[in-house]
Amino acid sequence: MTKEAKIALYTKMARIRHFEQRCIRIYQQGKIGGFLHLYVGQEAVAAGTISLLGKNDHLITGYRDHGHGLMVGMGMNECMAELTGKVTGCSQGKGGSMHYFAPDKNYWGGHGIVGGQAPLGTGLAYAVKYQGLKGSCLTFMGDGAVNQGAVHEAYNLASLWDLPVIFVVENNGYSMGTSQERSTAHPGCLAKRAEGYNMAWDVINGHDVYEVRAKTALALKRAHEESKPTVLEIFTYRYFGHSMADPDKTYRDKEEIKTYRDKKDPVLLFEQELLREKVLTPELSQTINDAAMAEADKAAIFADESPDPTLADITKHIYWEEDNRGPKTTSRGTIIFE
Amino acid sequence: MAVISYREALRAAMRDELNRDKNVVIMGEEVAQFNGAYKVTEGLLKEFGPKRIVDTPISEAGFIGLGIGASMLGIRPVMELMFWSFSYVAFDQIVNNAGNIRYMSGGLINCPIVIRGPANGGTNVGATHSHTPEAILASHPGIKVVCPATPYDAKGLLKAAIRDNDPVYVMENTILYNDKGEVPDEDYIVPIGVADVKRVGTDLTIVAHGRAVITSLKAAEILEKDHGVSVEVVDLRSIRPLDEETILKSVRKTHRALLVEENKPFCGVDAQVAYLIQSKAFDELDAPVHRVSSIDAPQIYCKRMEDLQMPSVERVVAEALKVLA
Ligand SMILES: Cc1ncc(C[n+]2csc(CCOP(=O)(O)OP(=O)(O)O)c2C)c(N)n1
Ligand SMILES: [Mg+2]
Repeated sequence: MTKEAKIALYTKMARIRHFEQRCIRIYQQGKIGGFLHLYVGQEAVAAGTISLLGKNDHLITGYRDHGHGLMVGMGMNECMAELTGKVTGCSQGKGGSMHYFAPDKNYWGGHGIVGGQAPLGTGLAYAVKYQGLKGSCLTFMGDGAVNQGAVHEAYNLASLWDLPVIFVVENNGYSMGTSQERSTAHPGCLAKRAEGYNMAWDVINGHDVYEVRAKTALALKRAHEESKPTVLEIFTYRYFGHSMADPDKTYRDKEEIKTYRDKKDPVLLFEQELLREKVLTPELSQTINDAAMAEADKAAIFADESPDPTLADITKHIYWEEDNRGPKTTSRGTIIFE
Repeated sequence: MAVISYREALRAAMRDELNRDKNVVIMGEEVAQFNGAYKVTEGLLKEFGPKRIVDTPISEAGFIGLGIGASMLGIRPVMELMFWSFSYVAFDQIVNNAGNIRYMSGGLINCPIVIRGPANGGTNVGATHSHTPEAILASHPGIKVVCPATPYDAKGLLKAAIRDNDPVYVMENTILYNDKGEVPDEDYIVPIGVADVKRVGTDLTIVAHGRAVITSLKAAEILEKDHGVSVEVVDLRSIRPLDEETILKSVRKTHRALLVEENKPFCGVDAQVAYLIQSKAFDELDAPVHRVSSIDAPQIYCKRMEDLQMPSVERVVAEALKVLA
C-alpha cells in the first residue's frame, strides 16, 4: 500500500467511527426511530475487505450496515438522513438504518432478516459469472447468522456451482444477548463449516486491518482466478449493545468491553501503526479526526433540516411498472388499494 | 393458429423468451436433464444448453434467493417450483427479498424474477402438496401474481411475466397441463392486470381464476341449457394487479355476482373481490354476492372427498341458482 492509500484507509475508518458516534447522540435526541445497530469496534472488517474491491466486485450485508456503506463511498448526508427517515436519505426514508443501498457503488444492502442476504449475495456472484466478468460478491453476515438454513443453502450452491462469492462472517462473539458458545455447535471455528461444503476457509484477526486485507486478498484471488468461494471468519467485537434498544447488562461484563476498547481497538491500533511507520503524524491524525467529526456534524444538520417523504411517496417505488408508465408498459389493472 | 396444450404453451413462452433475451435463465429442480417434473421444460436443455437451463439441488430458499440476487444485476431468472406448496420453505426470499427490495431501496433496485409452477389441489396428493398461495402472496405489495386458465393465457402471461421488471409469480395447474387450445405462433403477450370475459351473458356474473374458470364455464353451459340463464364468466387472469374495471363493468350489467375459486374461503382472493363489488357497485346489486370455494379444511387425501371439497360444476350451478332466486 502506498502512503496515500494508508492515509485514505485510516481516514475512512475514522469517518465510520465519528459518524456512528454522532448517530448515538441523534438517537438519544429521539430523532432516529426503530433499530440502530452500531458498528463501533468492527471498523477494520469493512475497511480491510472493502478497500480491496474493484469494478466487478460487489457486496451485501445484514442490518449492521453503516460501515459498509461509508466504505463504498456513500455520503454521510444521505446515510444520516436515512436514519431520520428523510426523503434525502439513500433510500428516500423508506429503508432506515437496516436497509442502506447503493447499487451504483455495487452495494446491495442492508438486509434486516438474519441470514436472508446469503442467497442474494450468492446470486450476485452467479450473475457476475454468468456475464463472463472477473468479479466477486462479498457476502457479510454475523456469527448468529451461520445457524440459518438459508446460509447453508447458499454455501452449498456457491461451492456446487463454483461461484465467486466470499462469505465474511463478522464474529463479534454475540448474536444479540446470546454468546457464540450458547448458540453454535462446535463454536471454536465457524469458518470450518466450509469444509462440509468443500470450500476454502480462513480465520482473521479483525482488529488488524492489514491482516484483514492480506487474507481477504487471497480469497478475492481465488474468486477472480478460479471462480471459487471462500468462507472468512473475522474475529471482531462490538462496543455497544446489539442495537440501541439493548441495555447491554445481562450477557457480558463491562470488563470484557473495556479490555477490547483499551487493547484491541482497530482504529486506534491502525493509527498507532501508521504513527510508527511515520505515515501519520499526530497533527495529521488530529486534522483527519476533526474533519470527520465536522462532516458528521454537518450531516446531522442536513438530516435534521431535510423534509420527510410525502403521503404520496408511500405508494411510490412498489413496482417499476407503476413508476414508469409509458408507451412500453404492458401491465395494467389496479394495484394499490385505499 | 396451432392447437397446443397448456404445457406446450408454457414451454413455447420460455423458448421464445430464451431466444429473445440472453439474460433469461431457466432454473429449478429437475428442469434440465430430467426434462421437468411435469415435462414443462422438456427439450429445453438440449436446445439451449446447461448455461441457460440449470438443474438445482432441493434447496428452494437457496436457489430462489440466488435467482433474486442475480435478477438485481440484470439476469432474468425463470425459476420453476415443482409445486408452489414448496415455496413455503423459501417464503422469506419470495416475500421479504423479492417483494421489498425495490421499495426499501427507494426505487434503486429492481427484481425482474419469475417464479412459476403448479399451485392446485385436486390431484390426490394430500395437504402438503395442494396449496394455492395466490391470495397469500398477492397480499404483499411489490409482488404480482397471475393464474392462467387456458393455453392462450398461459403463453401470453408467462411471456409478459418474463419481460416484466417486477417479481411475477405464475401459478399454474397440473390438471390443466394437458388441456388444449388455440395459441398463436407469432409473438404476443397477455398484459398482466387485464381480466378476460370468457363468456358473455346478461343475468349473472361469475368471477373466477385458474381452473375455477373452466369449472365455471361448464356450469354456465348447464345454467343456460337447463335453466335458461345467461351467465357471464370473468376470468381474472391476474390476481395482482387486479382488473377492477372489468369486474365492475360486468356486475353493473348483470346486477348479480357469484365468485368461484379453488382456494380455501378464509381471506381468499374472492374475499377481496366481494369487498370491491360492495364498495364500488353496491347500488347495482339485486342480490347479495355469493362465493364458492374449497371446503375450509386442509386438503383431504381421499380422492372422492377431495372432489367434493373443491368447487365442482354441480356446486357452482346450485350456488348460482341461489343468487338468481
Ligand atoms: C430471521 C430473524 N430472526 C431474528 C432476528 C432478530 N435479530 C436481529 S439481529 C439478531 C442477532 C444476530 O446476531 P449476529 O448474526 O451475530 O450479528 P450481529 O448482530 O452480531 O452483527 C437477531 C436475533 C432477525 N432480524 N431475523
Ligand atoms: Mg454477532
